[in-house]
Amino acid sequence: MTSRAQQGLAGTTDVVVIGAGQSGLALSRFLIDRSINHVLLERGEVANSWRKERWDSLKLLTPNWLSRLPSYAYGGDDPDGFMDMGQVVDFVSGYAGMIEAPVQTHTTVQRVYRSGDGYRVATDRGDWQARVVVLASGPFNKASVPAVSAAVPAHIHQVTALDYKNPGQLPSGGVLVVGASATGLQLADEICRSGRPATLAIGEHVRMPRTYRGRDIQWWMHASGILDERVEQMDDLARVRKLPSPQLVGTPERATLDLNSLTDAGVRIAGRLMGVRAGKAQFSGSLRNVCALADLKMNRLLNSIDEWADRKGLTDEVGPVERFEPTRLDATARLGLDLAGEEIRTIVWATGFRPDYSWLDVPVLDRKGHLRHEGGVVDAPGLYALGLPFMRRRKSSFMHGAEDDARDISRAIAAFLDQTARVPFLGIAV
Amino acid sequence: METQLGTTDNGVNIEALLGAREALGQAPEAARFTWRASNEWVRGTHSRSAIDGFFGLGEEHKHRQTSTFDTDHPEVFASDDQGPTPVEYMLVGLAGCLTAGIAAVAQNRDIQLHSVKATLEAGMDIQGILGIDSDVRNGFDGIKVHYEISADASAEDIAALVAQSQKRSAVFDIITNPTDVTVTVG
Repeated sequence: MTSRAQQGLAGTTDVVVIGAGQSGLALSRFLIDRSINHVLLERGEVANSWRKERWDSLKLLTPNWLSRLPSYAYGGDDPDGFMDMGQVVDFVSGYAGMIEAPVQTHTTVQRVYRSGDGYRVATDRGDWQARVVVLASGPFNKASVPAVSAAVPAHIHQVTALDYKNPGQLPSGGVLVVGASATGLQLADEICRSGRPATLAIGEHVRMPRTYRGRDIQWWMHASGILDERVEQMDDLARVRKLPSPQLVGTPERATLDLNSLTDAGVRIAGRLMGVRAGKAQFSGSLRNVCALADLKMNRLLNSIDEWADRKGLTDEVGPVERFEPTRLDATARLGLDLAGEEIRTIVWATGFRPDYSWLDVPVLDRKGHLRHEGGVVDAPGLYALGLPFMRRRKSSFMHGAEDDARDISRAIAAFLDQTARVPFLGIAV
Repeated sequence: METQLGTTDNGVNIEALLGAREALGQAPEAARFTWRASNEWVRGTHSRSAIDGFFGLGEEHKHRQTSTFDTDHPEVFASDDQGPTPVEYMLVGLAGCLTAGIAAVAQNRDIQLHSVKATLEAGMDIQGILGIDSDVRNGFDGIKVHYEISADASAEDIAALVAQSQKRSAVFDIITNPTDVTVTVG
């Protein structure tokens, strides 16, 4: 028989949570409160993605005062600062210790499939049987790289945002960074500052100032309820779930990171990378429009913030209304870039991430490979998700967004377990 | 916005469009369309194209009428000028697509349009097509589209209409992004 069978059953429990990051741990806290048996299976250490799969300079996009988990908040002396990855790992690990979460580390899930009245969760350290499985392994397990990467000349070094650590790992020479999320802009900025000429290819993006009227933009979005907006309020949920992360960076100066600041730093801006032909990268001529869209949407956000501030009578407490310079572009857009010569040595794909469900042997993925779920209630009995972008609320994938979603999902799990537990009792009563 | 919800009429059947979006999201194979044109040389640089039917939603369709289009080169190119140049038809396609998009987006956003007018211009260095300088491309070196729009909406909302129309436009995409072209001889 297989080695898995030889390893046998590691345990039976009510709920297996896959992943011990902020989402899985927040859920664990609520399951402990409800006295629901559970285990968190973690392929590495607690907060593994934050430890292993982020670049060196990354800091959270949200200020420290906003970083919190159920009954747990930042207690340091820099509430307006931004945690680096080491601090995030300490923060999340501290939480796991405080709540005494039942985490089994260094346990890699290999397959989840329907078995008995629940699921079998096969791991490299034995199988678990549970009525409920929660997918809390994060939305950023794999780098999404467009098909055009296959046409890139072989002499060009290609690296994804998951593999990228710092500019020092790149060969000297020019770098094309593809993607205009927070990731793409942060990487283009530091690569350019390392002395490597950088070109940034951008499609649709979300522009945002770091501070507005003297407060952090996240303060405004939090206080005015924007981060609490729920999926039911969205006209086009599929679109908002796919939005790139806002162009933000956490620095002590609370500097704004946008295309204008990159242009000032010397980064060259081009349209979306559409193709590679005869050794040339081809950029879309839609650059002007994607920038116009981002500027319009930023101003719409600032308008709604101003209206909220007026309604709340905050005008005297905060700074004056600001509007920011529209995105500056050259008179002539750059439509091509020679990849055959020496100009470009590296392409960095900052083209997004996706979850890894390769081990999920339950038919719950749609034709595009996305999980079929409503607010984290997956389209299979007893299967739930946490931590996906805009899963139940705009803040769902943020550190501080874990709490409300985990509370909701813990309630759904409790109801599901009660219902299934009651089945034999009803059978006897009838 | 001045308009009351539901009273906006730009002549766009938005319910049908949203219904199609919903239905085709469930049946993506029906969303595959094929557009066709035929063309025949007349004389000199003059040729005539015809548009008759297309394929979509799993079946063939006929336009209400067949349309013909004469293309030629102007007299300054020593031609007879029997119709617009093919590159001018590109501007016709772009303008038609963007304006249709503006009307549809306005309807969806409940914005009443009063007038929508566009002027388009495209620069071209004909050293490219004449083969004088191989560094000069054959096509446009840029296209400028200018809209004058009167509508019951703020300047910002009108700008957003025009931006959204570009985002959803087929011709804008065809012109701004590479397209694989196969030409065969039978």
